[in-house]
Amino acid sequence: MIRLVGILVGLVFTFVVVLAFVVGAYNHITEPAAETAEHAFHLDPHGPAEGFAHNGLMPEWDLAQLQRGYQVYKEVCSACHSLEQVAFRNLAELGYSEEEVKAEAASWVVPAINPDTGENTTRPGTPTDYFPSPYANDVAAAAANNNAIPPDLSLMTKARHHGPEYVYSLLTGYQEPSAELAERFPDSVPGPGLYHNPYFANLNLAMAPPITADGQVTYADGTAATVDQMAQDVAAFLTWTAEPSLVDRVKMGWMVMGFLLFVTILAWLAKKSVWSTLKTRKD
Amino acid sequence: MSFPWAKQYEPKTGFTKWMDEKLPLPRFVYNAVGAGYPVPRNLSYMWNFGVLAGFCLVLQIVTGVVLAMHYAANAGVAFDSVEHIMRDVNWGWAIRYAHANGASAFFVVLYLHIFRGFFYSSYKAPREMIWLIGVVIFLLTMATAFMGYVLPWGQMSFWGAKVITGLFGAIPLVGEPLQVWLLGGYAPDNAALNRFFSLHFLLPFVIAGVVILHIWALHIPGSSNPTGVEVKSESDTVPFHPYYTAKDGFGLGVFLLVYCAFVFFMPNALGHPDNYIPANPLSTPAHIVPEWYFYPFYAILRAFTFDFILPAKLWGVLAMFAAILVWFFLPWLDKSPVRSGHYRPLFRKFFWFGLVPCMAVLFYCGGAPAEEPYVMISQIATAYYFLHFLVFLPIISSIEKPEPLPFSITEAVLGSDDKAVLGKDAETAA
Ligand code: HEC
Ligand code: HEM
Repeated sequence: MIRLVGILVGLVFTFVVVLAFVVGAYNHITEPAAETAEHAFHLDPHGPAEGFAHNGLMPEWDLAQLQRGYQVYKEVCSACHSLEQVAFRNLAELGYSEEEVKAEAASWVVPAINPDTGENTTRPGTPTDYFPSPYANDVAAAAANNNAIPPDLSLMTKARHHGPEYVYSLLTGYQEPSAELAERFPDSVPGPGLYHNPYFANLNLAMAPPITADGQVTYADGTAATVDQMAQDVAAFLTWTAEPSLVDRVKMGWMVMGFLLFVTILAWLAKKSVWSTLKTRKD
Repeated sequence: MSFPWAKQYEPKTGFTKWMDEKLPLPRFVYNAVGAGYPVPRNLSYMWNFGVLAGFCLVLQIVTGVVLAMHYAANAGVAFDSVEHIMRDVNWGWAIRYAHANGASAFFVVLYLHIFRGFFYSSYKAPREMIWLIGVVIFLLTMATAFMGYVLPWGQMSFWGAKVITGLFGAIPLVGEPLQVWLLGGYAPDNAALNRFFSLHFLLPFVIAGVVILHIWALHIPGSSNPTGVEVKSESDTVPFHPYYTAKDGFGLGVFLLVYCAFVFFMPNALGHPDNYIPANPLSTPAHIVPEWYFYPFYAILRAFTFDFILPAKLWGVLAMFAAILVWFFLPWLDKSPVRSGHYRPLFRKFFWFGLVPCMAVLFYCGGAPAEEPYVMISQIATAYYFLHFLVFLPIISSIEKPEPLPFSITEAVLGSDDKAVLGKDAETAA
C-alpha cells in the first residue's frame, strides 16, 4: 500500500517537473534569452602583476604599502567613502607609533557635542574615535553622487569576490565603452553621471574615476605615485581594514595544522596498535 | 538490550561502588560508549560520521554560546556586533569562523552519514526508529542553520530570510497570515531577528535531546555493518572501547585537519561575499542563494516553473519538503531483505550512477543563477530524485536478485566461522 502511494506521488512530482522542463525547453528554443551586455563585456578581476604580500600560504602585511594605501584613502577616497568599522587606534597595526597615531587621529575632524551648549559641533579626533563619515546621512551622500550612495569601504574586499583584486581592477579599469558595445547594446553606454568600467557588475557606475593621474598623492615614503601603484596600495589597505587578523590567522593556522598532524599520527598509531591483536584479514 | 556476551561493568574502587549505587552514570557511559557495548568488528570508516556529527554539535554549542555573549540581536546593531566580535573580542575571529565553518562541517558530516545510510540501507528493520529520529535531527539542524545565517544581518541573511519565509506565502488561504505571524511583520525585521536568535539558541539543545533518543534507539539492535548481516555470535563483535574509541579518535583527527584548513586558511570560501554588506531592504542582490548545504533542496524548489493546476511556487514548496519527507518512508519503500549495497547489484548501480550524480547536479544547480541551462538540468535531476526514491527503489527491491551473503560477519572478515550458531537471523537468510 505505502509503496503504491509512494509510486503515485513520485510519478505526480515527476510529471509536473517534466512538464515544466518541456515548457521551459520549448521557450528556451523558440525565444532564447537575449544576450546581455554584462555577460558579453564583464571582465573578471585580476591583481597587480607583482601580486599582494597578503596572498598565498605565507602572507605578510607590507606595512609600507599599507601606510601608502592609508594615505590614498585619506587624501582621495575619504572625500566620499566612510570606513566605519575602523578606529584610529587600529592604525598602530600599520606600524605607526603611539604619538603618530594620536597626531593622525587629530588630523581628522569628528562630530561632537559642545559640552557647554549641547549643540552639535566638531572636534579633532582621538585614537578611540572611529573614522568619520564624509556625509551627514545617506540622503546627503546620494544627493552629492548622482543618486548613488558611496558604500562604506571597511569590508569592501570581503564583500566582493576576489575583493583585493577587484578593487585594484576597478580603480585601474575605467575606459571608454568600446564601439562594439555601443553598437550591440546602446542601452549600456553610460548615461550622464555614469562611467564605464568592465569590472563593475553592470558595467556602469556612479563613481567618477577617483585615481586619474600619476602623482595625485605625494607619498611620504618617496615611492613614485603612479596610478597603478596607488590602486595597489589602497587595495592592500582595504584588505587590512576588512580583515586585520588575516596574517595572524594564517600563521596560527600553520601551528594548529602542525599540532593536529602530530596528534592525528599518534591517533593512527594508537588505532593500529589496538587493532593489531585482532585478526582482520582473510587468510 | 545488548548482546549476552557484553562485558559487565564492575566498580572497583570505593568511590565508584558508591557512585554505582547512587547514580550509575559511570555504568551508563561504560555500556553506551565503553567496553560494555559490543560492536560489529568490521565497521568501515563510513561508520565514523555519527560520532563526528555529535562532535560538531558540541563544537557549535560551545562556540555559539561564546558568540552569544558578544552578539546583539537587534536589526540596528547586529551587523556591527558581529564585526565587533571579529575585530575587538579576543580570539573573536577564531570563534566566529569556527562557528560559521562548523555549520558547514556539520552538514558535510550529516550528508555523508545519511548517504552511508542510503547505501547500506541502514534504515531497514530493526533500525527504522533510529532512521526516523535521524531525519528529524536533520530537519532541526536545517532550521537551526537557516536561522543562524540570518543573525549577522547581512544582505544574504536578510534576503535569504525573506525568500524562505516567503515560501509560506505559497500555501493557499493561510499562507499569507502564517508568514506575517512567523515573521512578526510583513518582511524580516527586528521582530524576526529577535525570535530567530531565541530559536537559534534553543534548537541546538533540542537537537542534543533528540540525539540522545537517536543513540538510545541505536543501542537496542546495535550498529549495522558493511555486510548488513546481523551479529550472530561473540566473534562478530569487539567492545566499543578501545577498538572504536581508537578508530573514532583517528577519524576525529582527520576531520579536524580538514575543518581547520577551512577555518584558518579559507574561512569565507563557503560563505557569500554579499553577507559582508549590511542588510538593506531597498537593494535586492543579483543572485539570492542560501548557504551551500541547502542547494539541492533550493534547486528542487526552483525546478517547478510551470503552473499545473496549482501555482508553480506551491509545487516547488511541496516538492522541496517532500524531497526530505520521502526519507521518512524509506524503511517501507525498500523491501529488499538484503541491507548492504555490496550484495545488491542493481541497487548499487542506481546508487552510484543515479542518486550520487543526481545529488551532485542538484548541489551545483542550487548555487547557480536561475537561468538556462541550469533550470533545465535541475528539472531532470529533480525528476530523477523523485523517481529514484519513490519508483525505482520499490521496483528494484522486488525484481533484484541479491548476491550471496556471507554467513556471518566473522566469516566475511576471516573467511570461515566455526563458532557461530546457525539459525536466528531470519531476514538475512535470503
Ligand atoms: C567623488 C566621490 C568618490 C570618490 C572620491 C571615491 N568614490 Fe568610490 N564610489 C563612489 C560612488 C558614488 C560609488 C557607488 C557607485 C555605484 O554604485 O554606482 C562608489 C563605489 C565604490 C566601490 C564599490 C563598487 C561596487 O562594486 O559596488 C569601490 C570598491 C570604491 N568606490 C572604491 C573607491 C576607492 C578605493 C576610492 C579612492 C581611491 C574611491 N572609491 C573614491 C564615489 C566615490
Ligand atoms: C546545531 C548547531 C548550530 C548550527 C548548525 C549553527 C549555525 C549557525 C550559522 C550558519 C550561523 C551564521 C554564521 C555566519 O555567517 O556568521 C550562526 C551564527 C550564530 N550562532 Fe549558531 N549554530 C548552531 C548552534 C549555536 C548555538 C548553540 C548558539 C548559542 C548558544 C549559537 C549562536 C550563534 C550566534 C550568536 C550567531 C551570530 C554570530 C555570527 O554570525 O557569527 N549557535 N550559527
